[in-house]
Amino acid sequence: MNRKVVTFFILFGLWCVFSGMFDAFHLALGVISCLIITLISGDLFFNSEKITKSHIINGLRFIKYLPWLIYQIIIANIHVAYLVLHPKMPIEPFVLEYKAKLKKDISKVVFANSIILTPGTITMDITKDNVFLVHCISRKVADDLLTGEMEKRVANVFGEHIKMGKK
Amino acid sequence: MIDFDLIIDTVVIIIVIIGLFFFFTATIGLLRFPDFYCKLQATGKGDTLGAILILFGIVIYILKEDFSFNTILVSLKIFFIIFFIFLANPTATHALTKAGLDSGVTPFKKEDLKK
Repeated sequence: MNRKVVTFFILFGLWCVFSGMFDAFHLALGVISCLIITLISGDLFFNSEKITKSHIINGLRFIKYLPWLIYQIIIANIHVAYLVLHPKMPIEPFVLEYKAKLKKDISKVVFANSIILTPGTITMDITKDNVFLVHCISRKVADDLLTGEMEKRVANVFGEHIKMGKK
Repeated sequence: MIDFDLIIDTVVIIIVIIGLFFFFTATIGLLRFPDFYCKLQATGKGDTLGAILILFGIVIYILKEDFSFNTILVSLKIFFIIFFIFLANPTATHALTKAGLDSGVTPFKKEDLKK
């Protein structure tokens, strides 16, 4: 399917949810404004010209990835809460350089966002040669990241095949 | 007989209180942690989960009060808010750390903390 068609339907679905009014007048307004937006900026939403099956599969895989991510976020928060409330505040911050093997832009974005959301780590920068500068708050969380499980999951979501070696 | 209203109310209250707890720890972390990056560690995570939990509690509450087409639309909108917080919060944290890194804020090491 053409990407403009798909963009139009996504926009129109959003319009219906946000307006909440289903009489002919409001729906017509929605169709008109969605058409204008699709004509002007229909090429922003998707990268490739045609929407194929693999896009849908990627989307479904991403939804499958979310529960694991939410679980990680909860662990992250409990860990940070523990560090914050501990009287001695047992943190040992340092900066880690993590060499990622992800290729696509979208998977790098998802990976960087996931790093920020999970235990005690923040992506500070991504350099040109794919090195993630990660600020870690304690030694334990860095070890969790270095096992590479998250990278493997993100790579799976976007259909990249990477070989995970021991670091 | 089990009072379902009461059970759902209790669940909602527990979820919202947990959310508030995470906001609370995020704020304490913001005050207690020693340097720029560590402060961001606390806020970047606590805020996300706190806001998500509180909004989720609200969704359950309004659906319990009145389960109709309108409230389903409202809860869908709240889910959109959750989704955008989920996207925007880590991105904003990253933007702040990147800005700090570019303007030369050096991260604390473990040795600095000993002083």
